[in-house]
Amino acid sequence: MDRRGLAELFGSFFKIGLFTVGGGYAMIPIIEDCCVDEKGWMTHDEMMDITVIAESTPGPIAINCATYVGYRRGGIWGALAATIGVSLPSFIIIFVISRFFEHFLEYKPIASAFKGIKIAVKIVLLEEAIHMFKLMPRRPLQWGLAAAAFLIMLAADVIGLSVSSIILLAAGGLISLAVFSAGQRKKEGDR
Amino acid sequence: MTVFLDLIRGFLKVGCFAFGGAYGAISLIRNVALSHGWLTDEALSYIFAVSESTPGPIMVNLATFVGSSKAGFWGALVATIAVVTPAFIIMLLFAEALNHLVGHPHVDALLDGLKSTVIGIIGATGVYLTAHNVIGHHDGAWTFDIRAAVITAATVALIVGWTKIRKKKPSTITVILISAVMGMIVYGV
Repeated sequence: MDRRGLAELFGSFFKIGLFTVGGGYAMIPIIEDCCVDEKGWMTHDEMMDITVIAESTPGPIAINCATYVGYRRGGIWGALAATIGVSLPSFIIIFVISRFFEHFLEYKPIASAFKGIKIAVKIVLLEEAIHMFKLMPRRPLQWGLAAAAFLIMLAADVIGLSVSSIILLAAGGLISLAVFSAGQRKKEGDR
Repeated sequence: MTVFLDLIRGFLKVGCFAFGGAYGAISLIRNVALSHGWLTDEALSYIFAVSESTPGPIMVNLATFVGSSKAGFWGALVATIAVVTPAFIIMLLFAEALNHLVGHPHVDALLDGLKSTVIGIIGATGVYLTAHNVIGHHDGAWTFDIRAAVITAATVALIVGWTKIRKKKPSTITVILISAVMGMIVYGV
C-alpha cells in the first residue's frame, strides 16, 4: 500500500476514534458510515464479519475493528496505521485531561455536552441494530437466533444478571453449525 | 522502572482477557487496578466516568489515564500500548486466517449463527441503554429523567425526520455534534 493509502487509513480512523464516545459498540455505526457507505472499503456483510470477530475476541472492540479493516486494506502497515489512528485521539485527550484538568467533569458545558452525546449514542446504536436486522438474511434459524439472543440479553439486563455475550455468541454459532451439519448429513442420507 | 513493568503486566492482562468491550470487562479492570494498588475504588469510578465521557475506546482511555497518573507521559504511553497490543496481534491472526476460511460452508454456517446472535445482543443493549437513560432505579425507587427523555425524543425525531426529508440517514458524527448542543441547552452551561 502506498503512502497516500496509509495516510487515508490513518486519517479515517483518527476521525473515527475522535467521535466514538461511550465505548466500542458506539463505534460500529461510525465505522459502517465511513468504511461501507462513504469509502466503499468493504461490504455490509464484511462489516458484520468484523463485528462478530471483534465481539468474540478480547480487547477493545475499536482496536479489533481498526486492526482488521487496516489489515484487509493494506496488510500489516495498514493495520498499524489504522490502529494507531484510532488510539491517538483518546491518548492525546486523556493525557491532557489527566495532566491539566483535574476536575474535568466539573466544567459544566463539557459535562452537559457529553451527557447529551451519551444519550444520543445509545439511540444511534439501536438504529444500527435495526439496520443490521433489516439486512439479515430472512431464514427461520437466523430469525430465531437473533430473537433468542435479544430476549435473553434484555432479560438479563433488566434483572441485573450478568450474562457474558461470549457465551451467547458461542451458543448461537454452535447451534447454527449443528443445524447446518445435520442438514448435510440428511442430504447425504437421501442420496 | 518497576512501575513501568507493573503497568505493562497489568494492562497486557486487561488486553488479553477483556472480552466484549469495556462494559463486559469492568470487573476485570477493577481487579487489576485495585490488586496492583494503582488506585482507590473512588478514583477508579471517577476515571471510569471520564473515560466514558471522552472520545475513544474506554479501555484505551483507562490505560492512558492510569498510566499517566502513575508515571507521567511514558507511563501513559506504555500502558496504552500494552492494552492495545494483544487485540492487535489476535486480530492480525484472525484476519489472515479468515481470508482462507471464508467460503468454506461450515465456517460460513458458524459465522451466520454468530452474526444473528450479535444482532440480537446489540439490539438488546441498545434498547436497554436507551431505556436506562430515561428510567432509573435508585434505592428501591423508580426515577424518571425528564431531561434525558427530551434529548431522547429529539434525537429520534432528528434521525427519523432527516431520513424522511433527505432520503438518507444522518451520519453518526452529525447526530453526535447535534446531541452535544442539545446537551448544553437542556442541562445548561
